[in-house]
Formats: sequence, C-alpha cells, structure tokens
Amino acid sequence: MKEKDFQDNETLELFRKTGSGILMTTIDAVIDWGRSNSVWPLTFATSCCGIEMMATGASRHDFARFGIEVYRASPRQADVIVVAGTIVNKMAPVLKRLYDQMSEPRYVIAMGACAVSGGPFYYNSYHVVRGVDHVIPVDVYIPGCPPRPEALLYGVMQLQRKIKLETITRPEESMIMGRK
Amino acid sequence: MDNDSLKARILEIVPDVQQEENKQYLTLVVPAGRLHDLAGELRNTPDLGFDFLFCLSGVDYGKQLAVVYHLNSTAHKHSIVIKVKTDDRVNPAFDTVCDIWRTAEFHERETYDMFGIRFNNHPDLRRIFLDEEWKGYPLRKDYADEVNIVEF
Amino acid sequence: MKEIINLPVSKIEEEEYHINMGPQHPSTHGVLRLVVSLQGEIVKSLKPHCGYIHRGIEKMCEKDTYPQVIHLTDRIDYLSAHINNHAVCLLVEKALEIDVPERVKYIRTIMDELARIQSHQLWWSSFGMDLGGLTCFFYGLRDREMILDIWEETTGSRFLQSYNCPGGVMQDIHPNFQKRVHSFIKTFKKKIKDYDRILSGNVIFEQRSQGVGMLSKEDAISYGVTGPSGRGSGWSCDVRKNEPYSMYGQVHFNEVLRYGCDTYSRYMVRMQEMHESMNIIEQLIDNIPSGDYSAKMKAVIKLPAGEYYQKVESARGELGLYVVSDGNKTPYRMKFRTPSFSNLSVLDHISRDMKIADLVAIGASLDLVIPDIDR
Repeated sequence: MKEKDFQDNETLELFRKTGSGILMTTIDAVIDWGRSNSVWPLTFATSCCGIEMMATGASRHDFARFGIEVYRASPRQADVIVVAGTIVNKMAPVLKRLYDQMSEPRYVIAMGACAVSGGPFYYNSYHVVRGVDHVIPVDVYIPGCPPRPEALLYGVMQLQRKIKLETITRPEESMIMGRK
Repeated sequence: MDNDSLKARILEIVPDVQQEENKQYLTLVVPAGRLHDLAGELRNTPDLGFDFLFCLSGVDYGKQLAVVYHLNSTAHKHSIVIKVKTDDRVNPAFDTVCDIWRTAEFHERETYDMFGIRFNNHPDLRRIFLDEEWKGYPLRKDYADEVNIVEF
Repeated sequence: MKEIINLPVSKIEEEEYHINMGPQHPSTHGVLRLVVSLQGEIVKSLKPHCGYIHRGIEKMCEKDTYPQVIHLTDRIDYLSAHINNHAVCLLVEKALEIDVPERVKYIRTIMDELARIQSHQLWWSSFGMDLGGLTCFFYGLRDREMILDIWEETTGSRFLQSYNCPGGVMQDIHPNFQKRVHSFIKTFKKKIKDYDRILSGNVIFEQRSQGVGMLSKEDAISYGVTGPSGRGSGWSCDVRKNEPYSMYGQVHFNEVLRYGCDTYSRYMVRMQEMHESMNIIEQLIDNIPSGDYSAKMKAVIKLPAGEYYQKVESARGELGLYVVSDGNKTPYRMKFRTPSFSNLSVLDHISRDMKIADLVAIGASLDLVIPDIDR
C-alpha cells in the first residue's frame, strides 16, 4: 500500500506524531482546536436525511454543543457542507458550484446512503449520481438510511479529529485527501 | 348516476366510444379527435359535472401509447376513466385539456417528459423533470440505458 | 445602467426583473427552484423548476416486486411514510381479494394518524421558522421526538420504517405501545395549547397570514389542490370520509373545513387536524383486538392482469396509486398521483400581486415536500 492510501484517523494521527518543534506544534494545536470546534454548515438538505439533520439540530440531540452553532445560508460564509440526501444529475452542477463558492478551509460530510453511494437508488435509476464523491471530494462518510442523529454526531466528531491533524507549516501538504 | 346511465349519456355525446370490461371504474376508450369535445361536455353538463381530474397518466402498452384520465364529480360523487390511444410512436399527439381542468397543465408536461406525447395547444409544453437536452423518453418500454438499468 | 440611474424613482419600480430562489435556499423546504418575476416588491408571476430530486422511482418500480416497492414509497413523501406504504398494501390486497385481520386494520390506522400528527408538527416547526420565529422549530421537533420514540420501540427505526407489508405488518406491536401512546396524547394535549399561544394568536402572524394567498373553491377543484390546503377553501375532499378504508368507516371524527381561503385558514385546518387525529387514536388504542398481525400470503405476489387505483389521505392531500399489471410479479406501470405536484401548480396563481415576503408564507402554508413533487 502507498502512503496516500492510509486515510483513516487512527493511522493519520500516528503519522502526525513525528512533527515539527515544540513551538509550532503548540501553535498548531491552538489553531486546530479553534477551527475544529467551530464548523458552521451550509443549509443544504435534499431529501429524507435532511429531516434527520434537522432533528439532530433540535433540542434532544443538540449539535450546537459540538460547535455547529448556526446554519449559514450563503456558501461564502460556511465551513462545511453536509450533503444530506440524494444528488441527481440535474443537481450535480449546482452542488459543484456551491462547493466552489465556499472559501478554504472547507470540508464535506456525505450523510446517508444516497450521498455515499447512491443508496436504495443504485440499481435501475437513470437520473441518480451514485455517490457524491463523483462531484466533490468528501472527508467523512456516514452510512445509514437515514443515519441516526447519534451517527451524524459521531461523523462530526471524526471530522473534528481530522481537522486537528492539520498543520500551518505545510498547508499545501495537508493530510486530508483531495485538499490542495 | 350508476355506470350504465353514465355510459348511455356519453354514447349520446360521442357514439363511437368502446368500453373496456371488468375494470374498477367505468373505462371508456375515446377516439383522439373527440377528446376535447367530450371533456368539455363532461365538465359543463350539470348532471355529469366531472370537475375534478384526479389523475392523468401516460401508459406505454407495447405497441400503443395511451393517456388515461381519471375523473370524479364532487357534486354527484361518481367516477369514470377515459382513455385515448395512438399507434404513432414517432410523433404521438393529443389535444390538451388544460383549458378545462387547470391541473392538467403540469400533468401533461410530465407525460411529455416521460413518454414524448405532445399536446396540441398546450401553453407551455416543455420538459419538467429532466434537462432540456436529455435524449429519449425514459418511461417508454424501449428506452435503453445500458449503464444504469439492468435488464433481466 | 446610466439610463436607469437617471429615471425618477417611480419609473424605476416599473421595471420587471427576475430573481432566482435557487435550489439551495433556506425557505423552499427542499430543492425547488422558483424564478420569480418581480416589479418592485410585488410578485407578478412565478415559474417553478422541478426535477432537482427526480430519482426515476416510477421506472424503478417496473423492475421491483411489490414488497420491494414499499421501500421506495417510503422515500417519496418521507413525512407520511406509513400512509404511502398503506396505499400499496391496500392496492395489493384489493387486487388479490385478501381480507386482513382486524388487528392489522387497527394498527395501521393508529400508525397512520401518528404519522399525520408528526408531519403536521414538522410543518408547524418549519412554518414558524420561515416566518422568523425560531422558537417554533425547537418546540415542534421536541414534541415530535416522542412519536419517533414510539415508532422506534415497535418497528426498530425512527423514520422510514417500511412497517407495512402486503397482508399485514412486519411484526407485532411492542407490549409498551399502548402505554406510550397514552402518555404521548396526555402530554401533547397540554403542549398544543402552547402552539396556539405562540403562533396562532400572535398579532404579527395574523397580519402576515390573513388575506394572503387567496384560493377559491372552484380554483382548488380545478387545480386539484386536495388535503388541508383544499379544505382551507371549503372543499370537502377528505378521502377518509368520501371513500373510507381500514378503520376510518367506523370511528367518529369531523372533517375540518374552513371557508377563509387564505393562508390563515390553511394553517388553522392543520392545527385542528392534529386534535382530530388524537381523537381517532383515543377511540382505537384501547380496543385493539387480539389476533394475527399478518394474513397468510404466498411467497411470490403476482397481481392478476388489469388496472387498479387506490386512494388514501396522506398528510399533504390525496395520494393516488395507479397500477397496470400484466400478471407478473413486477408491475407493468406504476403511477403515483402525488398531492404536492398538484398543490405546486397553484402557487403561481395565488401569489400574483403579493409581496415577496408573503410568498414564503404561502409556500409554507401549502406544505410542499419536494421529493413528493419529483418522485
């Protein structure tokens, strides 16, 4: 296997242990702590998973306590796009345009079976994109149809772990796949 | 009104309808040229009074393409099914009924999108779900899509 | 540009311009694109562009067997998932002339009414949120969680359960079911008074919704606007009363009608419907007869050749299912007559000469679920 095939959090954290000196790692830790605990998503929900995302934001499984304080309606102000729902051929250019309008650092969570791989519409549908990673690069995949709110929270926590691996000394060589 | 008196009334308006037997509602096949007149009479005649078009669907019967209209009267509470069929698969066309029942506007656009059936005098006939450049009409039985659709 | 700057102000407002309420928008309840033609702040016309969630379900159904189709119908209108499944099961049972046990009818009716209540709770939450009252979002979803708990205990999943199957239900109800439903009804009857205090009696809400989006009864019938939106204009179109199915012929409930024809009437119809649903559940929950939870069905279900139509009342309106069968185990043609598709067609007609802020209120009062439009 090549080094770029290791993309899970446990391995990446192991690679990261050898790093730069004490000053840079402290600055990195502070910046990453700030960034990971304050990801603000874009309002984007196509179908059923959108309802579970709303339920996660409601009072029982509140995800404001994870830093997802407020939804931004404009892509220029958002940090993460949670693709909740099926993406079809007609919607794919719109999604790409929204992703391009987001400013760096930006992350993508693919929520639900439809966004991961086409889901129940994998066979025999003429209009569904089989997985949102055909359109934009994805950081975290959350399976389920629909995933429980606790699963979405776990996915957000994995994203926070991933963000904590970034370093400002080598931003072009970010450990996160697809990010340049 | 029960099915026999409905059929008798409609035979007075359009003599050459045929009935399809053993269906859930009274089902009549109407020649395509008389569709608009019959639809107007069904809506406007007081004792028929079919003012609610509750389903407009296209069906591909293999050799023929058809449009099926399910009608209901809110005053008299009777229902009826009207069908029009055509053998022309290259350029199928029927008259629109959206001046009689306004709900037909969107439903006829959907039928055009999925089957390719044109409706004469429709105010805005264009595809509703698929892109304008999409080739082919997906719900036809001879629509082939080797990538996505698995044939048994 | 210079020409526009030099015009007097009154002339500038006469120019008509188009704006795009795009597929990604916080208030369109999904991916619906509206191209609105405005003159100043007044809406002159609007064109909806659908298809951003068109998944080709009708074509997929031609390759799936009838029990598999039930899983797809869940995803068409996910807020009335039980009711959609119920339609397919009723159609198959009618075609094969099977009588389901009484217990099954009771369970299905109770689940349908719970689905209706939770759909209206979510509608109320998003309606309040669209008009700017974020409190409604949290109150509505908090109470909806109680229903999701009931479902999770009995069926195993919070949402999109596919609990119905042709012949009955997938498994029997949990022993705690009746106790939980009783405690839900007791709690919710108190909480729904809060809903009226927050939104229905609020003077800002009344001014934003009375007289807005007038839909006359003749237009409602001609455009095919069924469900609470049609009943807000005085049209008695409830399928549960006109063509009863399951236990609806034997319970006492009122069909809620209002004659105001505006957004406020449509709102009040849905609020009252939540009370009526709780009424129906109370009549049924203590009397569930014992028996089988499913009739005996063959392993492979083949419908006899012919055409069948089944109507049910979903939370949005009349859902119709039209099946043409040629005797195989998969349908030859399956067409869903979804309520939101017809409800959308009237949006252009009723928002003429309204302000753009009213457009959001009108769209929310029609209660559109976008995958229901596009299938």
